Amino acid sequence: MSTAVFKPRPDQMGDNNEKKTSYLTAGFNIRSWLLTVDHKRIAILYLLSLTFFFFLGGMFAVLIRLELITPAGDLMQAETYNKMFTMHGVVMVFFFLIPSIPAVFGNFLVPLMIGAKDLAFPRINLLSWYLFMFGGMLGFAAIIFGGVDTGWTFYTPYSSTYANSNVILAALGAFFAGFSSILTGLNFIATIHKMRAPGMTWFRMPLFIWAHYATSIIQILGTPVVAITIILVALERLFHIGIFDPKLGGDPILFQHLFWFYSHPAVYIMILPSMGVISEVITCFSKKKIFGYEFIAFSSLGIAVLGFLVWGHHMYTSGQSIYVSLVFSVLTFLVAIPSAIKVFNWTATLYKGSVSYDAPMLYAIGFIGLFTIGGLTGVFLATLGVNVHVHDTYFIVAHFHYIMVGGAIMGYMAALHFWWPKITGRLYPEVWARVASFVIFFGFHLTFFPQFIVGYLGMPRRYHAYPEEFQIWNILSSAGASILGLGYLIPLIYFIWSLKYGERASANPWNAKGLEWEKADSPPTQFNFDKTPIVDQEVYDY
Amino acid sequence: MSTKETALQHHFENLDQQFEASTLGMWAFLVQEILFFGGLFAGYIVYRNWYPEAFHLGSEHLDVFLGTVNTAVLICSSLTMAMAVHWAQKGDKNKIITFLVLTFILGAVFLGIKAVEYSHKFHAGLLPGDGFIWHGEHGDQVRIFYSFYFVMTGMHALHMIIGAGILIHLIVQAGKDRYDANYFTPVELFGLYWHFVDIIWIFLFPLLYLLGRH
Ligand SMILES: [Cu+2]
Repeated sequence: MSTAVFKPRPDQMGDNNEKKTSYLTAGFNIRSWLLTVDHKRIAILYLLSLTFFFFLGGMFAVLIRLELITPAGDLMQAETYNKMFTMHGVVMVFFFLIPSIPAVFGNFLVPLMIGAKDLAFPRINLLSWYLFMFGGMLGFAAIIFGGVDTGWTFYTPYSSTYANSNVILAALGAFFAGFSSILTGLNFIATIHKMRAPGMTWFRMPLFIWAHYATSIIQILGTPVVAITIILVALERLFHIGIFDPKLGGDPILFQHLFWFYSHPAVYIMILPSMGVISEVITCFSKKKIFGYEFIAFSSLGIAVLGFLVWGHHMYTSGQSIYVSLVFSVLTFLVAIPSAIKVFNWTATLYKGSVSYDAPMLYAIGFIGLFTIGGLTGVFLATLGVNVHVHDTYFIVAHFHYIMVGGAIMGYMAALHFWWPKITGRLYPEVWARVASFVIFFGFHLTFFPQFIVGYLGMPRRYHAYPEEFQIWNILSSAGASILGLGYLIPLIYFIWSLKYGERASANPWNAKGLEWEKADSPPTQFNFDKTPIVDQEVYDY
Repeated sequence: MSTKETALQHHFENLDQQFEASTLGMWAFLVQEILFFGGLFAGYIVYRNWYPEAFHLGSEHLDVFLGTVNTAVLICSSLTMAMAVHWAQKGDKNKIITFLVLTFILGAVFLGIKAVEYSHKFHAGLLPGDGFIWHGEHGDQVRIFYSFYFVMTGMHALHMIIGAGILIHLIVQAGKDRYDANYFTPVELFGLYWHFVDIIWIFLFPLLYLLGRH
């Protein structure tokens, strides 16, 4: 077989190709999956488990939106409603969004994109999946045994002293999922530093890799802090050690500091990998070298660093000193700079490109719009005066859903459509995919845009009943949610359908650049490449 | 077959790459550990500034003698661990095992002394919780001091116990001739971990035990 680098892959090698076993056919029994150390199979394990948690979390959202159709609390009691939004948050944040793109696409693609046979620590990678599943099962048990009602933020002293629900189970679930996340980050850092193929210099790495590198830094620096905080909450609950209990001289606000020290950067664990996906998709479907490669790469690191300096913006109304709040406010504004750099560079990439609108690109364009709205409203919220006005209203809810659903999940969907042919070797029905992307885009706006308005008008979050004048906005939102839910079910169906009936994908169906497209089969062979690729071309050389 | 061939995992090009990747992974893990303990240190700093007298009073009830002995024991165990790594690099199987066993014994002594201290505190009613007893001023705040004492030293002890488990594994592997001058990565990396756990104690000892004596 040819060794020339970056020559289009000879798919027509036919017979020869058939004989090679792909990673999917390397073993068929359950053991070959559950004990696999192949990064690609572990990615599939994550994909299946995350899909389960995504629809589980979505189920709670359905119940929330049903309750909120009418102003009176008629479907469920206040206590039940508290559990609904808590479990929606816990499941979506800890068991879907935080692992999402790194665990599925990072696992699958990081070695492929840099020309390695696997991640640096394959067994630790498998361990991370088991830790995740163990945490997920604890979280699931907390739901089965009657749920949690503290809000996903587990604020003390309610969570540590007063709540009568399964706080410890749910919090320990987050704890173990957190360690799985740390191990994933650790694996990526070692892999990106030490496993790059010859010629794969730092500035030839795809931006997806840069984004995951920045994400890994946050995972390693942030997650352990929330881990020890969770342990303290559990100890406070079990033994009344006093650290977070104001009755004993403890400080519940300390919990908020420790919690947000992780949980603000955690938002960047969700969004940075998504941004990496968007960089890949935009340049591929513009058939043009990405604009400002270095700026996008370093803005990822900039976001990671700045992300650790802004946690106090969650605590403007917690009795924090006004001067501290001012500093946090200014630092939060600064995050807008690297974020805007990315948006401008993506837009500039489109300029004079030969743009095509396949499904991944539709999601990527959707991402840019939604992320911009989510990001700009974030700047509003960082402003002290505005924040106090809309604090704990639906304005906040709308803002972070624009980032987490409109940003992170749009990126996840873009990735799913972009790399599906690579992962499964099958093509999905393009028409259905485009239809679904429009349904999702429309459903998303209808769900969350009214929440900006109703929040600005003063509707507080986390109540099961509300004054009648807010009903119209809530009906719109609930209607949007049902469309959005439908939008997520369509891909579920056609992706499963495509596994059996989809057309077989060539190695590079999008004519994309990058080792995973040009040097690996669809689906890739067990060890990714026939021989270690040698990179002698610049990145995104369209 | 020499260990050189068996030790190389399939996805690495050569042993050097494998060693470098593993080392970097271990350092990243230790960074993670620093942040893990960092949350506790941050909390400690806050409360010590709020309740200096209570922390002073609480600290006076810790056993400085046993704490000092334990500090010495741990520093010695770091020395024996460093020796184990040294002989691993030279590929001397018997000396590797000797020093790993010594490290294990010193670690066990540390944990034993710690257990004695814990039981003293337990019988004196100083275990934070509803049964906490303090005859004197600032009872609630002293309880917070003891909460930090138990959580911080407890987390440290947990790291020691995990370390002891890994030591047993290393001793068994060394007995099977798995390490030589070409391949000794696990011993070296465990050394990093063990020294890290030591350093945590070096910070804990003055913060908890010596606070009341200056
Ligand atoms: Cu934030």
